[in-house]
Amino acid sequence: MSRVLIVARYALQESIRRRVFAIVLVLSLLFLALFTAAAVEASNAASPFGSGRGLIDAREVTAVTLIGLGMFSSLFLATVLAVFLTLGAVRGDAEQGLLQPLVVRPLRRRELLLGRFVAALAVCSTYVVALYGVVLLIVHQAGGQWPDHVVGPALALAGALTVLIALSLLGSVFLSATANGIAMFMLYGAGLVSGLLASIGAVLNAPTVQTIAHDLAVALPFEGLYQAGLHALGSNQNGLTGALVNLGPLGASHAGGTALELWAAAYVAVVAILATRRFARMDL
Amino acid sequence: MVTQTRLSTDHGSDGPVLAVSGLSKRYGSVVALDGVDVAVAPGELVGLLGPNGAGKSTLVKIACGLVRPTAGAVAVCGAPAGSPAARRSLGYLAELFRFPGWCTASEVLALHQRLAGSVGEEAERRELLALVGLAEAAGRQVAGMSKGMQQRLGIAQALIGEPRLLLLDEPTSALDPAGRRDVRAMLEQVRDRGIAVLLNSHLLGEVEQVCDRVLILSHGKVAAAGRPEELTQPAGVEVQTGAGAKRFPDARREDVPQIVAALVRDGVDIYEVTVIRSTLEDAYLRVVDGE
Repeated sequence: MSRVLIVARYALQESIRRRVFAIVLVLSLLFLALFTAAAVEASNAASPFGSGRGLIDAREVTAVTLIGLGMFSSLFLATVLAVFLTLGAVRGDAEQGLLQPLVVRPLRRRELLLGRFVAALAVCSTYVVALYGVVLLIVHQAGGQWPDHVVGPALALAGALTVLIALSLLGSVFLSATANGIAMFMLYGAGLVSGLLASIGAVLNAPTVQTIAHDLAVALPFEGLYQAGLHALGSNQNGLTGALVNLGPLGASHAGGTALELWAAAYVAVVAILATRRFARMDL
Repeated sequence: MVTQTRLSTDHGSDGPVLAVSGLSKRYGSVVALDGVDVAVAPGELVGLLGPNGAGKSTLVKIACGLVRPTAGAVAVCGAPAGSPAARRSLGYLAELFRFPGWCTASEVLALHQRLAGSVGEEAERRELLALVGLAEAAGRQVAGMSKGMQQRLGIAQALIGEPRLLLLDEPTSALDPAGRRDVRAMLEQVRDRGIAVLLNSHLLGEVEQVCDRVLILSHGKVAAAGRPEELTQPAGVEVQTGAGAKRFPDARREDVPQIVAALVRDGVDIYEVTVIRSTLEDAYLRVVDGE
């Protein structure tokens, strides 16, 4: 077994034995129960509008908004999981004396980082895609709707988590576990602000606000990917329905695209290089 | 007081398992090591002594690749310290270490076996746990172990993969006297297998009992080095007589017959004669206080 996989397996074992997954499962079930109740209520309330032949397809707006809420919640829960799996990977573990016995083995430090990355990505991307899938099923059962695109938003969520995990591992090289956790949630919050600014800028037709939101999304591509996923949910909707879907608090006015995906990939690569270089030169 | 800055590097055809040459390390303006030369031969047990901040742990950490030197060269079994080849040849127990509380003793060793590429499997784990007195604790979680048990497990972990050099940083700090005695016996077994040991310890008596050579670091430099008996000095002769103890501070072993003869001539009853040598602690304090 390669040393990367040994480290990944060790990280996964730790998560299982420390009951991280059990806690995540309980919280996820709680969220899904509340979400199901909300989806049923919202779909019933939307039905009287109902036919889809008017100016606004209320059922479509409701379904896409609910799925947007589900995506937001899935990403938030998966981000919490990702951050807690990685926040102390380097400096935190070194401060506790957990890291030193491992890195004196013939294990390259970049292999250790990659192993932690692989473990966190495998767990968190599986989790977020599964949760998103359950959200889709709930909304379909409640209102009979599917989003315009199913796979794209799931990949966008997994991509956003890839960026977040890379950033958290980079932070773990420079910061203590607590400081890194705080930094990661502040970055996540900054991403949310960028999304809200984009919606506000689009509604008010304010180019400066939109530019700021765009620049923030570029600096934090996990938000850009998430917004692209949201946009794909209702991207085939036109007219007032499309405007309501895209400009709502759980919609997105900008589509993703190859440029964003390439930028996110390059961003992760740069973050990985920074983390491995710094870790390789670090005195433990 | 530098009595010897370079230890002998003539260790036969095998060469030293640890060769340190002109090693320096600075942390900002703080000089942790300043031109240190050390060589440890195969199967040699070398004690590393020195006050807090002398650079002992830094030396050990550089040898196992945890810390990068500012200048100088360190080789483990001929490979540059920190390289995968060097790390395959050594076992290390840090002064401050922890194993994950959720792991059992056997799982800790299994993880290190996989990382070290050891093929010893279950038999090696059983043997090492027995060696450190944890044969009955293979399935016990680390979280449920005392500090002493964790330290024993740390020593077993360091011996995974049959290393040629063992770097032990305060391996007995959490052990009770019986545990320290066990570790001393274990170190002698390790030496008998041809494994070299660099033992960093504050317990001078322990070092004096088991080490072939001693290295005293002070202010980042080798302040003294040699065999324990070379570092200690004659401290006179003491004779227990019927009238109490008589001390001859300048006398040596060769003077004992004359002293006894003179006392007998004077009609003194003699019960015991002791040739006194200073201890390693005396030598250590002389070196460290003399700096």
